[in-house]
Amino acid sequence: MNKVRALIVDDSSVMRKIVERSLRQAGIDLSEVREAGNGAEGLSSLTDSGVDLILCDINMPVMDGIEFLRQLQTVQNAKGVPVVMITTEGSESHVVQALSIGARGYIRKPFTADQVKEHVIPLLEQKK
Amino acid sequence: MNSVEDALAQRKLLESWVPFLELACQEVFEIMLGSKLDPPDASVLPSFNVTAMVGLAGQLCGVLTLRCSSASANLMASRMLGVELEQADQHMWDALGEVCNMIAGNFKNKLTGMGDRCMLSVPTVVTGEDYTLHALTDGGPLERPFSFAGLPIMISLEIHS
Repeated sequence: MNKVRALIVDDSSVMRKIVERSLRQAGIDLSEVREAGNGAEGLSSLTDSGVDLILCDINMPVMDGIEFLRQLQTVQNAKGVPVVMITTEGSESHVVQALSIGARGYIRKPFTADQVKEHVIPLLEQKK
Repeated sequence: MNSVEDALAQRKLLESWVPFLELACQEVFEIMLGSKLDPPDASVLPSFNVTAMVGLAGQLCGVLTLRCSSASANLMASRMLGVELEQADQHMWDALGEVCNMIAGNFKNKLTGMGDRCMLSVPTVVTGEDYTLHALTDGGPLERPFSFAGLPIMISLEIHS
């Protein structure tokens, strides 16, 4: 698998580190990891260049994950980039809403590294 | 139903959720921290100076709290991140808030049909011992004490009818 640039959006710095570790444990060769504490920071981080994968929480201050997904659709650098939601909000309506506006996967917290692998690897292989 | 009957019915409902709350706690600690929660050790006197809170709003309305010592919070951060205690120190509040958040989310997702009808707040962490939490709920909290690596922790759920 090629080197992967990932953007991790979560208001918890601990959770961002756990997600990064899970990606590495999944065997993903990360060339760059960008971190953002909310959706607005996530969008700003894509202004100059894109990434290959985005993992995003839903419940965040300033801009939540659903609004981030909506606005991401207009970001040129995010075209075709798979987004996986990682969140405690595991309700059916949240899943449907996130998938309907562009998310490609949905992982409920608490999660294992294997779950991250199961969701992310197929998306990266499709993108190749 | 009169208010006494209402209160009894609510208490009975709350107590029927105990297995879900305990399972939600166990899963979060096992999956995210690689640690088992044990029954409380009666010989260890609880001393809590950190409290994480997550609000529940919607059909299920109230607050879930996780109380522990700063040593427990530091150990949680250490186990979540897989780093030494000294390196985890700066992350302990964030880790505790996230553990509380995951317990709240995991718990409400276990209650049939509640996932869509209950929202969670972002977590808040309070430090100190000399304060009283007024959750504006009716009835007493549902409290589940545990031992985490020999250290006492307390999970409380307070629900508004």
